[in-house]
Amino acid sequence: MTLETFLLLAAALFAVGLFGALSQQSVVMVMMGLELMVNGIVVAGAAFWHYVAPGAADGQVLVLVAVSVMALEMAVGFAVVTALFRARDADTTDEAGDLRG
Amino acid sequence: MSGERTPVWAVVALPAAVGLLAYAVAVFDAVAVEGMRGRAFARPLRRAALLAVRQRRTTLAADRLLLGAGVAVLPAAALLAALVVPVGGVPVVASPVGIVWFNAAEVATWAAAWLVGWGPNAAFSLVGGYRFLAQGLAYELPHMFVLITVAVGAGSLDLTAVAAAQRHLWFAVQMPVAFALYLVSASALAFWGPFAHPLDGALGADLSGADRLLFLGGRCAMLAVAGAAAVPLFLGGGAGPLLPAPVWSLVKTLAVLAALVFAGARVPRLRMDRFLAAAWTVLIPVALLQLLVVAVTR
Amino acid sequence: MIPATVLFWALAVGAVAGGVAVFAVGSMARATFALLASFLCVGGELLVLDLDYLGVLVVLMMIMEMLVMAVFMVMFMMNPAGLMPMSMVHNRWGALGISGAVFAALAAGIVLTPWPHRAGRPPRDPTRALGLAIMGPKMPVMMGIGLAILATMIASVVLATRRGRYGDAE
Repeated sequence: MTLETFLLLAAALFAVGLFGALSQQSVVMVMMGLELMVNGIVVAGAAFWHYVAPGAADGQVLVLVAVSVMALEMAVGFAVVTALFRARDADTTDEAGDLRG
Repeated sequence: MSGERTPVWAVVALPAAVGLLAYAVAVFDAVAVEGMRGRAFARPLRRAALLAVRQRRTTLAADRLLLGAGVAVLPAAALLAALVVPVGGVPVVASPVGIVWFNAAEVATWAAAWLVGWGPNAAFSLVGGYRFLAQGLAYELPHMFVLITVAVGAGSLDLTAVAAAQRHLWFAVQMPVAFALYLVSASALAFWGPFAHPLDGALGADLSGADRLLFLGGRCAMLAVAGAAAVPLFLGGGAGPLLPAPVWSLVKTLAVLAALVFAGARVPRLRMDRFLAAAWTVLIPVALLQLLVVAVTR
Repeated sequence: MIPATVLFWALAVGAVAGGVAVFAVGSMARATFALLASFLCVGGELLVLDLDYLGVLVVLMMIMEMLVMAVFMVMFMMNPAGLMPMSMVHNRWGALGISGAVFAALAAGIVLTPWPHRAGRPPRDPTRALGLAIMGPKMPVMMGIGLAILATMIASVVLATRRGRYGDAE
């Protein structure tokens, strides 16, 4: 249990989330991938706090920010999906590739 | 979790204590609803035994995995919440963030309700599960603000320290609005009394046998643990004259539970749309005002 | 007590397995709860690192968030229960290649970088240190989060509501 093992866990979570965000067609599944990527950042922030600079609170603040980002990303994401679905009956990324309203 | 070493006997004692308190809730409920006639103490046991031996009905294409998880979550969450609740000043796990832990375990009710609604692949269950999520947000937000108010008043997130901070005056007296809101939102999170809509032919309607026993028993346990937590949160923990601290904890817990169950049986079911509107427009602002008062006067 | 190392590896395997399961199972309901399991494991990892408050906070927030997610999952996905297997992916092998390459690059960086030695020691109560930091020197961060939350609330209501400022949209 060292800084490296924690960071490897963070990298694995990040990579799995990236795979989901790139490969999924449904916008909701893409958001799950993004959440997993932020999840990796939470682990990395906590590990840096514990193994590099436990005296300062910066690592903890980073984790707090990452957790808030997750919640906000989900709220806005679902609002956008709802708006998209209302406007053009689309819920997959392939149908929402352009910026026309 | 950091903290003192947990004694081995707690592994057995905790489920037993939570089970006995849940049984007390069931007895109170039997007396409150059907009166003292017959053997009120035996009736819940008889019903539980009947459910335990009855064969399960199954529904078509049910999601057994998620249904099983949902049925198990409620009793498990009650046990996890009980871990940090001190009895006579001593919790099983002395967590410095006990209040947050307790709240996290209570929120697991959402997961239980949704999973039990989703699992059987049946329309009414599904409606009940979805509806509880919408209601749950209106229950959880005032609940969370009340817990924050208590933590601000005590200057600690540790339930033992919260109880110790009430040496001179109980928080039930110092912050009566928060206490009332706690009792309301705690029974709502256990869908008890006037908040028992999900059970009216919706949630759990397709559960049978041991599944139903675990679900309904878990609901009793959830209410029991919420009542037990009210003692360190608002009623000074185990403090009291003459009797030892654990006895006072037990007496106060039973008093809170009796009050919750008997009052819950007297109040008719609330209309959910009206209660949700009231929760968002009245209860949350009132909880915030109480928080302001406590933060300024402390 | 279980040694921290055993706990770490069990939770790490659980977190990654949950994440993989999200994109492997057919049922959207199961995918949501696989993601929740992954988050709960990460909350456990924070507890292993002595971050009591943040670990429990992750558990609390993620239970609520994933349950809200479950509603939208079932609302927007075709075939939410996975009873009719279908594939909803594009460019699977490209995505696998890219994410594999990213993981390899990150892992190489993690192993090869000479990380600094531990400076300072953990405070007696990390929760208190965090509270003092965000209410003191790190106040702008907290204010930024507050503004972002307010903006999100307004933006999501505006986007999701059917009615505009001048009445119904349709």
